[in-house]
Amino acid sequence: MRIAIASGKGGTGKTTAAVALARVMGSCVLVDCDVEAPNAHLFLNPEVQNTQDAYVMIPEVDDGKCTGCGECSRVCQFNALAVLGKSVLVFNELCHGCGGCVLACEPKAITEGGRLIGTMQWGKAGDLDFYDAKLRIGEPMSPPLIKALKHQAELSEAENTILDCPPGTTCPMVEAVGGADYCILVTEPTPFGLHDLNMAYQTVQELGIPAGVILNRAGMGDDCIQNYCKANGIPILLEIPHSREIAEGYAAGKDILSSMPSLEDGFKKVINTISEGLNNG
Amino acid sequence: MLICISSQGPDLDSQVDPRFGRAAQFIIADTETGEAKAVDNKQNLQAAQGAGIQAAMTVANAGAKALLTGHCGPKAYVTLNKAGIEVYTGCNGTVAQAIEDYKAGKLQKAAGADVEGHW
Repeated sequence: MRIAIASGKGGTGKTTAAVALARVMGSCVLVDCDVEAPNAHLFLNPEVQNTQDAYVMIPEVDDGKCTGCGECSRVCQFNALAVLGKSVLVFNELCHGCGGCVLACEPKAITEGGRLIGTMQWGKAGDLDFYDAKLRIGEPMSPPLIKALKHQAELSEAENTILDCPPGTTCPMVEAVGGADYCILVTEPTPFGLHDLNMAYQTVQELGIPAGVILNRAGMGDDCIQNYCKANGIPILLEIPHSREIAEGYAAGKDILSSMPSLEDGFKKVINTISEGLNNG
Repeated sequence: MLICISSQGPDLDSQVDPRFGRAAQFIIADTETGEAKAVDNKQNLQAAQGAGIQAAMTVANAGAKALLTGHCGPKAYVTLNKAGIEVYTGCNGTVAQAIEDYKAGKLQKAAGADVEGHW
């Protein structure tokens, strides 16, 4: 079972929920897919056992073999190649690594090189297999790194996976959520929480992934989330109270089950509800 | 010698387009005979990225040895430089006037890009 934790809005409690769910599941894989600002490790203090650099393919051109036909430049949807006479200028930062130019090059002057996009690391945090990655500073594209990280995490033998996803509803979130059996959307009862929940829900619907909501900071704001979920038939899996205890624990780097142990049953129920729902089709 | 001017319209009376990569058109003018023709740049107006690079290739393929424009970004400049095309930024007024200024030696050759990409 692969459960993605996403939100739309940042700061709603994705990592808080992901860490708590992983803890109640016991042995599972937790993948921190927020490669631009990974921070699940702060709650878990994992023992890192491996690190590995991640690359995207970039074209490397052998000027000796290039005939200047211009086919690579014509096929590139990202305008990353300029052919001037018999020399090719490659703009690596525009390249999306699709490999189209390699296929298009008849004289086989283009080979696959690599551009460093970030570094992945993994290890153990108690029973958990923990994975995260850091995007290289200055690198504009995070999805290839998220893809590489998820691929790496698939090598773990644990049966269940929790994907802690980046905020937003654009390519990084779509890449992180992709392939999940279920998506938990974490939100808060504010106009901002509702607005972004709506966008995130539409995104996961488009991806065909069943979804439910964890309502964090319940009790502040109003009933907008309950009303929205009712109107759209989205289950509210858990309500986490708006509480000073939790905020103080968070500020001290404690996970939510340490600051409020009574939530453990609630998180266990979330897992049971999802797995029963998936098993019953 | 052929020179290229980024232009808002198809003829010598058009205003110089201050943008290079996403200029409406390019006028390719022969400084000896005075002949001029317009080259369309429509495919670059909607490009998500790399418009300057593609525009620079258009200028190179037209055989121009100098470019007169308003502004030029870093990737466009690198491409034009590699193609051996001199770049003159800060041009305005009509295309015809820019050509006259160029022929009179009033324009200053740019040593690099004068704006960031996507300015």
